[in-house]
This record gives sequence, C-alpha cells and structure tokens, in this order.
Amino acid sequence: MKSNPKAVLGLTLLAGLLTGAIARAEDAAPSCDVPAYLLTTESTLPKVAEAIKTGHSLDILVVGSRSSTINTSEASAYPGRLQATLKEKLPSTAVNLSVEIQAKKTAEEVASGLVKLVEGKKPTLVIWQTGTYDAMRSIDPDDFRGAVDEGVVALQNAGTDVILMNLQYSPRTETMISAPPYLDNMRVVAQQHDVPLFDRFAIMRHWNEQGDFDLFSTSHGVELAKRVHDCLGRALSKFVIDAAHLNPAQQN
Amino acid sequence: MAPAPAASVPVPGITLPVGGERELRLDLFRGLALWLIFIDHLPPNLLTWFTIRNYGFSDATEIFIFISGYTAAFVYGRAMLESGFVVATARILRRVWQIYVAHVFLFTIFLAEISYVATSFENPLYSEEMGIMDFLKQPDVTIVQALLLRFRPVNMDVLPLYIVLMLFLPLILWVMRWRADVMLALSVLLYVITWQYDLYLTAYPNGFWAFNPLAWQLLFVFGAWCALGGARRMSRILSSPVTMWISFAYLFAAFCVTLTWYLPQLNHLMPRQVEQWMYPIDKTDLDVLRFAHFLALAAVTVRFLPKDWPGLKSPWLRPLILCGQHSLEIFCLGVFLAFAGHFLLAEISGGAGMHFIISISGILIMSAMAWVISWYKHSADKSASRTKSTGGNADMAGGG
Repeated sequence: MKSNPKAVLGLTLLAGLLTGAIARAEDAAPSCDVPAYLLTTESTLPKVAEAIKTGHSLDILVVGSRSSTINTSEASAYPGRLQATLKEKLPSTAVNLSVEIQAKKTAEEVASGLVKLVEGKKPTLVIWQTGTYDAMRSIDPDDFRGAVDEGVVALQNAGTDVILMNLQYSPRTETMISAPPYLDNMRVVAQQHDVPLFDRFAIMRHWNEQGDFDLFSTSHGVELAKRVHDCLGRALSKFVIDAAHLNPAQQN
Repeated sequence: MAPAPAASVPVPGITLPVGGERELRLDLFRGLALWLIFIDHLPPNLLTWFTIRNYGFSDATEIFIFISGYTAAFVYGRAMLESGFVVATARILRRVWQIYVAHVFLFTIFLAEISYVATSFENPLYSEEMGIMDFLKQPDVTIVQALLLRFRPVNMDVLPLYIVLMLFLPLILWVMRWRADVMLALSVLLYVITWQYDLYLTAYPNGFWAFNPLAWQLLFVFGAWCALGGARRMSRILSSPVTMWISFAYLFAAFCVTLTWYLPQLNHLMPRQVEQWMYPIDKTDLDVLRFAHFLALAAVTVRFLPKDWPGLKSPWLRPLILCGQHSLEIFCLGVFLAFAGHFLLAEISGGAGMHFIISISGILIMSAMAWVISWYKHSADKSASRTKSTGGNADMAGGG
C-alpha cells in the first residue's frame, strides 16, 4: 500500500507545528504577550544601534523609583531581567546595566541630578522610569511635564539615548492615585523630543484584562511581582531592539 | 459658536422663561450625565465604550456643570425676583450646606474603604503605590483638610467644585439681574486671566484642585446666562445651518482625534504640528477645545431634540429623567456605588461579566433610588410639601 505523500507531508507539518506550539508554551512560562502596537515606536535609539553595530559595549542606566525594584530580590526586578534577555538576544555585545533608585523623589528632583549621574557612568542608554511619585503627591501636571522635559533634554545633551517609562497599572489604588494626567504629559514629552515611551501602564493593563495576571489580587506574595517584572524586562528588551532598528542579522 | 457676549442689544437682566414648566430635556441629560459619571468612575469595561468621553474632548462633567448652572439660575433667579436678594441668598446657602454635608458623608465612606485596603493589602509589586496610604498616619490633619475641601481623593472633585460655584451664585445672579451679558463677559475675562496667569487653588497635601473653579465657572455662568434668556436670544444662531455644519465638522474632527487615543495604530496619521499645538487637552482648567466640544454637542442636541419631543414622556426615559431630577442624591449614590464597585471587583476579582453586572446594577440602583425619592416627595411628604410651595425648590435647582 502506497502512502499518500501529501498526507505524510501534512502530518509532518502538523506534528512540527504542534511541537513548535508546545515548545513555545513551555519557554514562555507566564504567557504575557504584548500586542505589537504597544511596543511600536516611531522614535529611534541611534546611540544604541551604533554601539551594537560597532561592537562596543551597551551600557544601560535605569533611573527609577521603588517600582523599578522588588524588595527582596534585586535580580528578578525588570532591570535585571532586561539585562539577561538582552545578553541572550545580543550574544556578541557586552551588556552592562546599572540601576539608580531615586525613591520618594519627584521628577523635578530627579531631573536636576540626572546630568551628574550620566557624567559618572557615561551610559549609551538611560531608561527613565518616572511619574508614580508625582502622581501620588499630585504634583501640578504642568510642573511635572516641565521637569520631565528638562530631564530628557539634559540627557540628550549629554549624548545618551533615552527611553521614558511611565507608571505601573495599579487597579487597587486607582481610586486614590490619578494617573492619567501624568501618563498624558509623559506621552507629550516623548513626542516632542522624539524619545521612545515604554508604556508600562498600558501593557500591564492589557495583561490584567487578558487574564495573564490578576493585578487586583491582594494575597500574592513576591511571586507575582517576580513574574510581572520578568515579563516587563522581556517586553522592554524587545522594545529596545525594535527602537534601535536592529535586524536579526545585526543581533548576532 | 462663541457665546457672543458682545451682543449690543440692551436687554433686561433677568427674563424668566414663560411658565414654570420643567424642562424635561435638562433632567434627561443631567440624568444621563450622572449615569456616565458613574460608569467613568468604575474601572474601564464594556459600558465605558458608551460614554461620550470616548468620542470627543468633553465628557459628562461638562454637561453636568452646565445644566447645574442652568437650573440653579432658573430656580434661584425666580426666587430672587419674587422674594429679593436676601431670601434667595439664604436659600442658596442652605443648598450649599446640603452639598457640603453630602461631600463629607462621601468622604467618610471613602476613608473607610481605603483604610480597609491599606490594612489588608500586601502586594510587593505595588509597595511604592501603597505609599499613598501614608496620610492615614495623620488622620487629624487629613480630616480637617477634607472638611476644608482641600483634601479630596480621586473621583471626589465634582462636589467641591459645585460648592464653590454655588457659593458665588448670589453674586452671579445679582449681576445678571442688572446686565446678564456683563456677567458673562466677566466670566470669560476670569477664564482668560486664569489661563494667562495660571491661577489655581491649592490642595492638601500638595497639588491643586483637579477641577479649577476659576476656569470651570465659565460653563456654570454660561448655563445661568442661557437660563436667563440667553438661550432664547441665541435661537437664531442655533438654528442657522452654518452653526450646524461647524458643529458637525468639529464633532467629527474631535472624534477622529479621540480615535487615535484608543487605536494607537492610527497615531501616525496625526500630523505632529497639530499634536504639539493641541496637547495636552487640559481638563483641570476646562480647555477651550473641551468647552467648544460641549458647545457643539449642545447645539446639535438642541437642534435635533425639540422641547416637545414626545419621547420625553416615554416610560423608557423615565429612569433617566428621575435621576436627573434628584441629581444631588443620585450623584452621591453614584460616587458611593463606584467605590463599592471597585471594592467588589477587587475582592471577587470577577472578569468582564462581573464588571458588566456591577455597572448595570449600579444604574438600576440609581434609578430605583431616584424613584423612591420622587415617591417620598410626591406621596410620603405630601403634607410637608404644601408648606414650601413657593419656588426655590432645592431638587429643581439640582445638586451634585
């Protein structure tokens, strides 16, 4: 009996697809896909692209507040996860990352110190996570915009690429912290200075709505935080690579 | 269509609309505004897509403040004509007191809710955000600041705005009785000065009033001006096809812009220059774009929904109208239900279905409550209501 070659081919393909699907399900343990539009930006990261193309090291400085850390385990916060993922994706580039936590400081207070930080470390890219503390203290949104503006300009003048990262989506405190004015103003500054904005708020809200994470929940220990940060770190690595316009050939 | 304060025809200050008949359209849209405010205060869900803020710049707050100005001027303007300045002022102040008490009542509930959240919530992911509870460490200061209207949690900004606007109503009516257009011009002037010099009211522990009364008064005074004859004088402008086309064009443009907020894929279609000129559209200071959007909406509505539209008497719109007629109570109930809804969603963590059920039940509860209140007024309190039949009816002046 002759086997039908088409059927064999079909079955092989199917089997291949299935294993592929299974493999993908396994390595993406917490499924936290981010829709492409949330990771698309028109702005670019020329210094990052340059460093990778010319084989220099990629030095990243994360400036952020408490939400850029997890109390008990630093390595599993998103900056650490970003570094690990970038190393994986850019095996031929040395990725150095340092974190500068400026807890309980408004954007204005952080902005004035940015130049000093950058002078010391000479990073290729600064990821500036801000807005949370300003929202909690309900700083005048105009002042907030002015401060972020000033900070971004200072960083650009110092010769680094900049990514802005906005607030976390925090449904539990939604009745107490008014995020929208700060989200809007960060978007405005990002547009004005052609700086990529990593929309952490929209991404986390998307995960919550899709059921990837239950961000309403009270009783999670540190595990939820670790998983969310892992996903944020990976989304951020994708965002960095996309914004630097690295095609797959350059990544290797 | 600018409010055209420059109209040079000398007019008598207060001219009350003929007869004391209720404008059901006002009740209808105020009821609608109350429902929309409730839905907007809940976390985003399916029903959120039916609220007007998704389709243009202005939202339910504009409708609410405008109609409040309109009805307040209508009711207390009559009282001022019939019983004089002092009596009308006394009635207005009593209303202000009622709104103030309602605000404090809501604050108490809010305090209970967040104290619960603060003591039962331990999520390392949000250790920073939970710092917002720090004010609970100083309840004495916090509560006094709340009584001074300086500490106002999110979603509790409308009543303080309304209290301040109502406090100035006697003055507004007094000037309007002399020259309504002068009052409107003064209001525009204050609005312009506020923008020019960035005036604002500070809040506690820091920051500012989320609805700047110095800017939002424009809408309130404009509502009052319309009630006291302005609307009739504008009817020529309102019925002109040019106004209609401008309104439609503006509403459509606003719709397209809003679309780019919700479908970020479309964002690249927006010209950068327009973006830089337009953003941010400031809600705190009642951005001109928002005000214009409200005017366009109002113009279109007035045109296509005549005063004697039979649908206004239909039982289907009855719940909305009832809610609009008892707006202070229903507004407070809505804020409370929004808190409760947040709380339920957090505790039960239901999905979209639960969300939907909470929104719908909230609206049903608001309607039922409005019905009960109106039953009290018309049946239970019948004997009492006879004694205060002379105008100045607080419900009609509306609250919230």
